Order: sequence, then structure tokens, then C-alpha cells
Amino acid sequence: MDDNIKITPPELSMGQKIKKTLTHNMVTVFFIVLCIIGFYYSGLTFGFLLNDIVTRMVRNSFLVLALLLPVMAGMGLNFAIVLGAMCAQAAVIFVTHWGIVGLPGIGVTILLTTPLSMLLGYLTGLLFNKAKGQEMIGGMILGFFSNGIYQLIFLILIGAVIPFNNETLVLSSGVGLRTTIDLADGLKYAIDDFWRLPFTTAGMGFGALMLVHGIIRYIKGIPSLGHKPGNKKYILSSVTGVALAGWLYYIKGTESFINFIKVPMLTAILIGLMCVFTTYFIRTKLGQDFRTVGQDRHIADVSGIHSDKTRLTAMIMSTVFASWGHVIFLQNLGTFSTYGSHEQIGFYSVAALLIGGASVTNAKISHALLGTLLFHTLFIVSPLAGRNLFGDAQLGEYFRVFVAYGVIGVSLVMHAWRKQLENKRRLSQQ
Amino acid sequence: MDKVKVMVNRFGLPRIIIVAFLLSLLVMAVMLEIPLNNLISDALVRTGMNGILVLAMVPGILAGIGLNFGIPIGIVCGLLGGLIAIELDLYGFQALFTAVAISIPLSLVAGYFYGLLLNRVKGSEMTIATYVGFSIVSLMSIGWLVLPFTSEDMRWPIGTGLRTTITLQGRYERILNQWGSFDLFGVTIPTGLLLFMLFSCLLVWLFLRSKTGVAMIAAGDSPKFATASGINVNRMRIVGTMLSTALSAVGIVIYSQSFGFIQLYQAPMFMSFAAVAAVLIGGASIKKANIANVLIGAFLFQSLLVVSLPVANKILEDVSSLAEIARIVISNGIILYALTQIGGGE
Amino acid sequence: MKAEHNNEHYVLDMRDIGKEYYGTRVLSGINISLKPGEIHGVLGENGAGKSTLMNILFGMSVIHNTGGFDGKVFVDGEETFIKSPVEAMYKGIGMVHQEFMLIPGYSITENIKLNREITTPGILSRVAGKKLETLNMEEMNKDARKALDKLGMNVEEWVKVAGLPVSYMQFVEIARELDKENLKVLVFDEPTAVLTESDADKLLESMRMIADSGIAILFITHRLDEVKRVADRITVLRDGQHVATKNIEDTDVFDMANLMVGREIKMDSAKSVSNEDKAVKMEIKNLYVDMPGEVIRGVDLDIYEGEILGVGGLAGQGKIGLANGIMGLYNSEGTVRLDGKEVVLNNPEKALKQGLAFVSEDRRGIGLLLDNSIELNIAVTAMQIKEQFIRRIGPFTQTDNKKIRDHALKMIKELDIRCTGPQQITRRLSGGNQQKVCIARALTLNPKVLFVSEPTRGIDVGAKKLVLDTLLQLNKEYGMTIIMTSSELAELRMISHRIAIINEGKLEGVLPPDASDVDFGLMMSGEYHKVKGEEVKTDG
Repeated sequence: MDDNIKITPPELSMGQKIKKTLTHNMVTVFFIVLCIIGFYYSGLTFGFLLNDIVTRMVRNSFLVLALLLPVMAGMGLNFAIVLGAMCAQAAVIFVTHWGIVGLPGIGVTILLTTPLSMLLGYLTGLLFNKAKGQEMIGGMILGFFSNGIYQLIFLILIGAVIPFNNETLVLSSGVGLRTTIDLADGLKYAIDDFWRLPFTTAGMGFGALMLVHGIIRYIKGIPSLGHKPGNKKYILSSVTGVALAGWLYYIKGTESFINFIKVPMLTAILIGLMCVFTTYFIRTKLGQDFRTVGQDRHIADVSGIHSDKTRLTAMIMSTVFASWGHVIFLQNLGTFSTYGSHEQIGFYSVAALLIGGASVTNAKISHALLGTLLFHTLFIVSPLAGRNLFGDAQLGEYFRVFVAYGVIGVSLVMHAWRKQLENKRRLSQQ
Repeated sequence: MDKVKVMVNRFGLPRIIIVAFLLSLLVMAVMLEIPLNNLISDALVRTGMNGILVLAMVPGILAGIGLNFGIPIGIVCGLLGGLIAIELDLYGFQALFTAVAISIPLSLVAGYFYGLLLNRVKGSEMTIATYVGFSIVSLMSIGWLVLPFTSEDMRWPIGTGLRTTITLQGRYERILNQWGSFDLFGVTIPTGLLLFMLFSCLLVWLFLRSKTGVAMIAAGDSPKFATASGINVNRMRIVGTMLSTALSAVGIVIYSQSFGFIQLYQAPMFMSFAAVAAVLIGGASIKKANIANVLIGAFLFQSLLVVSLPVANKILEDVSSLAEIARIVISNGIILYALTQIGGGE
Repeated sequence: MKAEHNNEHYVLDMRDIGKEYYGTRVLSGINISLKPGEIHGVLGENGAGKSTLMNILFGMSVIHNTGGFDGKVFVDGEETFIKSPVEAMYKGIGMVHQEFMLIPGYSITENIKLNREITTPGILSRVAGKKLETLNMEEMNKDARKALDKLGMNVEEWVKVAGLPVSYMQFVEIARELDKENLKVLVFDEPTAVLTESDADKLLESMRMIADSGIAILFITHRLDEVKRVADRITVLRDGQHVATKNIEDTDVFDMANLMVGREIKMDSAKSVSNEDKAVKMEIKNLYVDMPGEVIRGVDLDIYEGEILGVGGLAGQGKIGLANGIMGLYNSEGTVRLDGKEVVLNNPEKALKQGLAFVSEDRRGIGLLLDNSIELNIAVTAMQIKEQFIRRIGPFTQTDNKKIRDHALKMIKELDIRCTGPQQITRRLSGGNQQKVCIARALTLNPKVLFVSEPTRGIDVGAKKLVLDTLLQLNKEYGMTIIMTSSELAELRMISHRIAIINEGKLEGVLPPDASDVDFGLMMSGEYHKVKGEEVKTDG
């Protein structure tokens, strides 16, 4: 062997580093700019915006996190989380019908929806294994198809073939559910209400956590991963934590609307647990198997990993998590459109993930959280900005939809283009 | 028993299920005393009006870009053609043919760029197509609000932008359907419409027998073979895409005249799925399609929708959405089946 | 049942191994035995049976899904039944593949420990099972470091494999096998194929070192000098049969070459022909072709009018790349002249238009439109290149189906294509008849030079003769210049006027068909010049 060869990439100058970060995260940067512009023209105060953002992030983050595992396993963007959402809705409908409220109601919902979404996740996985290479369009179409079946059950068969006697839920004709279902006396805020803290307090607590976490990691590194101590990014996170706490402490002393924002803590903790679980999971054997199958299915098979079975597991887990996420979503929303709520869930969540900087082959927790933040900010400000800029709120609405679809489209194009180039390169290297 | 198995395989299980379903619905219709002649008239009209949109699938499949979920791109061009015809305050056949004439060059250009995009994403064409289609419809939704059309018939009376649906009554509503139409055993045959559709099919058929058409088929069947025979595969894919886009533009013009309305904004969003499902039901696959698939598939699919509604109405009670649900379940179901038949994707 | 013969302990003993694929016998009576610490070279031409033997050893599904194999395999004296590569690994048999089984996005440690990761129990695993134990990267890095150090590699174990030089990747492959604790036998499949000379030296040194630590090595290669350097014994396979096993001291390069190629029953070879009065039909100068797996690195060759030039050589050495490059299917550089005029490279359309035609080795992938009719397949290329079979009506064209049909019927008759009619789908034809359709398509172009690659691959014996006779007839009756590439030396010797051998992407030399077996063997292994020290003769 050649002596003293160090295989490390060349050191980049600060300017080059910044340029590299910007181009790598082009989509995210573009959206940050878009959000700032939108916020400016929306006429909202920062306090109002923050309140809306907190609500929406708490409502949607879990769902977006459910998309991470299939990306790891090489199955791309799981448009079929819609199926998990449908399971959750079905469960919520029955629990509401049976009149079980509050946290016990949530408990029963989870008990109902989990096995059902495991089954549907398994079936989705079977489909994906049969249509390898076309998982994303398969997931999309499966979502539409299942939506049709869902409507068949809840619009046509309920009341007629499936006995369901409930005047509040069912249409006056006796067949089919009403188009909106109100959870006000039932599951609404069941999880949220458990414990609410003012945003300022919660935020300062979080800032303190960041500081502590950053210090520990900086000192110890992560030995089990082979990461050495002294990693500068933990300094950054500690400082950010301190800055956040400091700013909120300052806000406490003012008249700002921010002081009135309350954070549903149990929900936030659940989201936090999901993040912790995902991080932990990636470092387990099964998580490594997911990654291996995602990197190269053939090598995985030859090395003795059952790639088909691993992919099935990924889909089951994703669908179950999506159903739990949708339960969180529904209890926070309070009323939901029986036939419409779940439809957009799939593609809104995917759009959010992509905006956060994820790609079809690479998705991290930071992408999910940042993306949810940006996507929903845009969601809030664009109709208002549209009205103020162009005199038309409708235009803002359409713009928001266009941006969501466009982001997915652009991201898919870039991924497919890169895949084509990679295939060409791989052929010429053999 | 084996021979039956072979026949089933050849014909395709889902197709058999659909034909059986249709036949049983027809039997039930007769038993429920629903007048068949109206049903058949309806089915003919719907076949004619959807036919060209289904036909648009064929060049794409043959050229190797798979199921063209991106026909909204062409549809939007066709809608523009229709709008411009109204803006020019045209009536009758003049309006109809102007709409067609305008939408063709528009859609050819759009199809060209779309084809360039598809060449960069080989292997993922269908996924990309869906999202490009959605994005274009959303973008044009902004467009319909903003474009400088002036015709009173098209704009909202108060506020900005075009209406969601624009009526063609008095202009060219069903003008093609009624041309030369006659009654046969109580069934109204929409002669003009069917002739136009068949004429379009004929044009496509002739194209597929030309030198370029053969080259395109070869490129889609085996890109390696085509390259080795000196055929420019990328160029052939663009040709197929352009043709598909142009057909969908013409298709929506014909569809609109039969429907009686031009539908803007979110309406074109899911139109591709119906067309895809129809051609698959007619026997096409992701890699192979012919004109017969188009005619059979459009007829079967539309007949199914036409017959199921009145039958269901008589059996169950409030089923206004059943047609919509049936459409969703059937069309997506058959597309799912087609995806699983690609064979491992390796 | 313990097995020891001659009181020796063998770590691996493969006895009387045979394999039949649906009636075709590809292996019979193979005996290979390995002592611990022995380096055993396995030599043979293409199709000799080396890959099949390895597939059997590693329990590949392609073997047991097609009826299993004959004979017995003993590991450390115990009879073993290996049904998958993972089982082979459990038994202590490892393989360093020719095409690396490495994941570029993973670190060296992750690759070394693939599916053998070290884990520690954690919270989740107590609840959900062993698969949720956490990875212990620290321990894995340590093990990886040990394996790398054994090979003297100075690279950090947590570096990603992507971006490593090829030689490093080769060594990571080896490190992965060494990390397996119970490793008894390590198979190297053409390990030096992608390495530079100095890296190859290092590899052979490592091999010796690994063997010295008690691990037996099966060394599959065609490089006779390397075998001579490191092997203790060799086994030669030919046509699926066991030809010889010898100690290295009892043989030399000539002997090995002869064993690889020579056959007891001599097949007819064409008589060598002098090319003195003939015109040069095609001139190839300094040709480079970038065909993955069959790279050409600078070939100079003249082809004479009306001759059948055979192009031979071992698999992966480049002979297939020659025709593919000239026909524009892969990136090429250099100069090719046809009848004095320069041929445009990298452009299949131009190559065809200038009068070249190609019957590809990839019959099903490149040669045919499987789901289309025979008549279309025959006509399509001529239709596109020469505008044949078309009627022009102004700017529009329509295919002339009558002409296509008539021509197809003519070809079916002339080439004796067995089919139900010109409209039959080519997918349904037998291999031999499919090949004839490809030839018919090439002939329809009326080419000046015809390239044919692997004309009889996958065709049964009877049809083989027909195809070769057809080529001979074309040459004799019409004086067509034919360049025939084949892995089967015997068929090249049967009909070629001269045979060019390609080794390592270069022209090793040109031999008359009746040259000795030793000469052919030496040329195919690239030993010819080293041994004979002669200039390359390019005119037989």
C-alpha cells in the first residue's frame, strides 16, 4: 500500500463553504426567502403568525416524520400514507359514534387504528414490491384508489349495508356520513388539553435543553457512532439555545401577543419522542438494514438481508406512524372534512418534507421539521399576501397549491435526472 | 382447464372482471326496466367525447414514455384554444375548428418542451408526468385569473378573472354530436362526433405506418435496438410526446363541445387518470397499445359508468356520488393492476 | 462421513462435480481439493466451467433452482450442502468478486460489517426483539481497523468507499472476507483484472500472506505468469471437464497454455490463406472503445477484401468491444477507414449508411424487436437507413407492406428460417432462427463489411453448423468481407482465414487458423510476447 495516503476531501475556504451550502439547499433557501416576502406582504403581526405556526407545526409534524423511514429504505416518497390517515379517520368516526371522549377516546382510537394500518401498510408493501421502480406513482394511485373505497364505505354503505344509527353523524337520508364531523364534545383537543404551557416558558425550557444537549455532545461526542468530541456544530446549537431563551425572556417583559400563545405540551412531547425514536432507530440493526436495502438492494440480498421483507416492514411502520400522526392532526383540528381531510395529507406532507431540503433518497428529521415550518408559513401567508399584492385572495390560494405541487415536481425531476446520470456513470465504471 | 387459464392470462383478469361486471349490470338494467336505448345513446356520446383523450395515450406508450399522466399540459392548450375562439366571438363550426386550429401549434410547442423534460428523467416518466400535470393545472389556475381576456361571456360579472365554467350554449354546444345524427332503433347516433373521433384514429394509424412512426415504435419497444439501427431514440420520444400532447388538446375541445361547457381551474387535474384507465381496460399495457385498445377501452369504461348509475339508483337510494366513486375505484384499480405487471421493475 | 485421502487433511474437497442445465451438460467429473494455506490456481477458457463451479460452491440459486448438481462437497472433511451464499459464508468460504460488492455510500467499516454488524442490547430490543439492538460502531471500527492493518492499508476505516481508488476498493473487498472469523477458503475471481501492475504485485503479496496464515485460496485467473508466481498447485478446466491438476513445479507457461486450449480430437481448421494480392478493405488505427467490461485500448488492424477475419480472446478482454465500437454503439476514438474513406465513429446511423452492418452478440437486447413480426424485424433497419420498403406521397411516407412481405418470404427461404410465417412474433422463434432473422436484417442492408458477434451463442449444435455454413456461403458466393467475433476458438478456426486475438484491450497477435494450440493458448493469456519475444505479425 502507498504509505501515508490520507483520503480526506480538500479543505474549502469559508466563501466556498457558504456557496456549497447554498447550492445544496437551494430549494430550502428559496422557500425561506419566499416566506419572508410573503410574511411582509401579508400584513400579519409576527405574534399572530407565530401562533398559527405553533398550532400547525404541532398538528402536522408527526405525519411528516412518518415519511422518513420509507425514504431510508429506498422506497422514495410514501404517497400512500393516505391509507394510514384513512384508518385513523375510520377509527375516530367509530369512537365518536360510540361516544368515548377525551384521552380514553384517543386510547381506543389508537387501539383500533393500529392493527388496521398495519394491515394496510402490509398490503401497500406488497404492491410496492411488485412494482419496484415505480413505487411513487404506485403510492399515488393507491392513495386515490383507497380514497374511492373509503368513500364507498362511508358514503354508500354506511347506514345502508353497514348498520350505523347516529343522527349527528349520518346524513338526513340515513345513508352516508355528513361531510363534516365535529369533534367538539368528543376528541377535540383530547391530547392538546392535557397540558398547555405558554410558548415563552416552553421555549425557554427548550432553549435550556439545547444548551445542555450541545454541551454534553461537545464534550463527549457520540462514541457509539465513532463521532469524536469537539464538533463545532454543537457550539452553534448551544448558542442558539441560549439566544432563544434569552429572546423569550425579553419577550416576557413586553406586551407582545406572543405571551398569549400556548403550546400543547403532551403533543409536543409525542413529536419529540418520535424524533428520538427515529434517531435511535437509525442506529439499530433494523435501521441499518433499511439503509442497506435503500442503498443497494442487490448487495443486500446477496449479503443475506431479505430486502422484500425489510421493505414491507418499512411500509408497515410508516403507515402506522401516519395513522397516529393523523389522530394528532384530527384532535387538534377539531372538525374535519369526512371526505376531504385525508386526501391532501399525502401530498402536503411530501411537499413539506421536500421544502425542508429532503430528496427522494435522503431525508432527515431536520428536513421534516424545517419543511413543516416553511410549508405551513407559506400556507398561512400566501392568500393574505395574494390579496394585498394583487387584490385577490383566490390568487394567493392557487399560488400556494401551485407552489406545493411545483416543489414536488421539481424535486422529483431533479432526483430522476440525477438517477439517470448515475446509471450512466455506473455503467461506464464497470 | 389449462386452456381456460391461458385464455384468461391472454385476455387479462381485470378486463374479464370488467366485462363481466358490465354484462351483469346490463342484465340488471333490463330486469329493472331501465330503457336500454337511452343508455346506449349516452354510451356512444361519452365514447366519442372521451375517445381522442384516450387516443392521446397511444403515441406516448409506443414511444416508450409509459402512461402519459401529463396530458393536462395538452388539455390546458386546448382550453386556451377554446377560450380564444370565444374571445374572437366566433360561432358554430367556425368557432370549433378555430379552437382546434389554435390549440394544435400551442400543444406541439408545449409537448416539445415536455418531451425534453421526459428525456432527462428516463425510468421515472410517469411519476414526473403526474406532478408536472398537477403543477401546470395549478399554474394555469392563476393564469385564468390573470390573463387579459375581455369577453363578457367568460369573465366573472364582478371581480377578476375567468369563470370556473363557461357555457358553450349558443356557440358550438354539441354541434358535432348533432351533425348528421340519426336514430336507429331508438338509439341516437352522434354521427359527427363519432366520425371525427374515427378520423383522428385514422390519422394516428396512418402515422404509425409511416417511416417516422415505425422508428418511434422501435424506439419505444427497444431503445438499444433502435439506437443500433441508427434511430435517434430521444428525438422519437419527443415526437411521441408532442403527438400525445396535441391529441389531448384537440381531445378537450371535442370533449367540451359535447359537454357544453369549458371547465377551467382545477377541473383538468384528474382527467388523465380516466384516459389512462380507459386505454388499459381496452387491453393496452404500459409498453404496448394500439387503436383497438382505444376504441374498446373508451367504450367499455364509459359504458360501465353510464349503466352503473341508473342501476344503482334503483337499488340503493341516494347515490348521486356513486358514479364518481365507481369511476375512482375502477380507473385507479386498473392502473394499479397495470403497474404490478411491469414485472419486478429490474 | 469423514473423507481423507492419502492421509492428508483437506479444508475443501470438491469431488466428481457435475452440472446439467435442462439436458445440456456443462460440467462433469471435476475434482478440486485444497489444503489449508494452499494457493490453488483455476485455469480455463471461456465456457470452461469456472463460473459454474463457483456458483455450485456458493450455493447460488441458479444452481439449485435448475436441478442441483452432481458430486459432493466436503469442508474440513464433513460433507456439506450449501444452499445460499450466506450458508457458504457460515461454512467459512468467502469470495472476492470481480465486480465489487461494495456500497459506495457506506463507510469502509459499514461495508466490512455488512449484515454482520456488532450490536448491543438496548431499550427497544428488550421490547421489540433482537433486530432493534443498537449498532456498536466503536467495536465495529476496531474490527475493521484490524482487518485493514492485516493488509497494510493506511486508510481510515470510517471513510466512505465512494471516491476510493479501485485498488483500495479491491482491498476493502478482501478485508471484508478476512474479518470473517471462521474463514477457511477464500476465492479470488480475476482479482488483478482492474489493477495496475504495481497494485497487482501488492495484491499477490497479500495473497501469499493470507495463505501463510492458514487460509486456503482458490485463484481464478487467466494470467499464467501470476499463477506461476504465487500458486502451489493448478487445475485446468476445459469444456466443462477436468483436464489436469498439477503442482506448480511440474508445469510452466507453455504447458498451461496447451492444457487450456489443446484438444485430443482436432477439429477441421480452414487452411491459412495468403493475403498478398488482396486490397485492404478496412483499416483500423489506434482504436479505443469504452464498452463497459470489454474495453479496447489501442488496436491497429488491417482487414482484407473478401476475407473472413476471426476475432477471439477471453471474456472481458475486449474482443466484443471492437465491433460494437466501430458500429458506433459505444464511445470510441481512433481512425477507421473503409475503402479508403474515413468511417464516422460514435454514430450508428452513419456507420450503417457507410456500408457496415452488425449482427450483435446481444440478440435479444439489441438484435431484435421481440414483440414484433419477423418481416418487420428484417425490414426496419433498411427502412430507416436506406428508405427501402417505403412509398413516398409528398412529405408523407407509408410502409410498403407488400414489399416487406415479399422480401421477408425471400429471406425466410434463403436462410431456411423455421417459422409459421413472416408475421410470427420473433420472441417465439428458437435461438438459431432468431439469429437468422438478425442475419437477414443485416443482409437486407447490402453491406460492404459484415460484423458478426457470437453468431452461435445459445444455439443447439445442429443450428450452429447452419449459421456457420451460411456465413461461409456469403463469403464464397458474394465475396462478402466478414469480421466474426467469437468466444469459441474452435468455430473461429473452422471458418476464418485469419484469427486476431484481443487481450487486455490490445491486439495480441494474428494467427493462421492452423497454428498450434500452444500459440493460441499463449496469445489468449497474453503470454505470447513475453514468452516468444516476437514482433506482432499482422498478416498471418
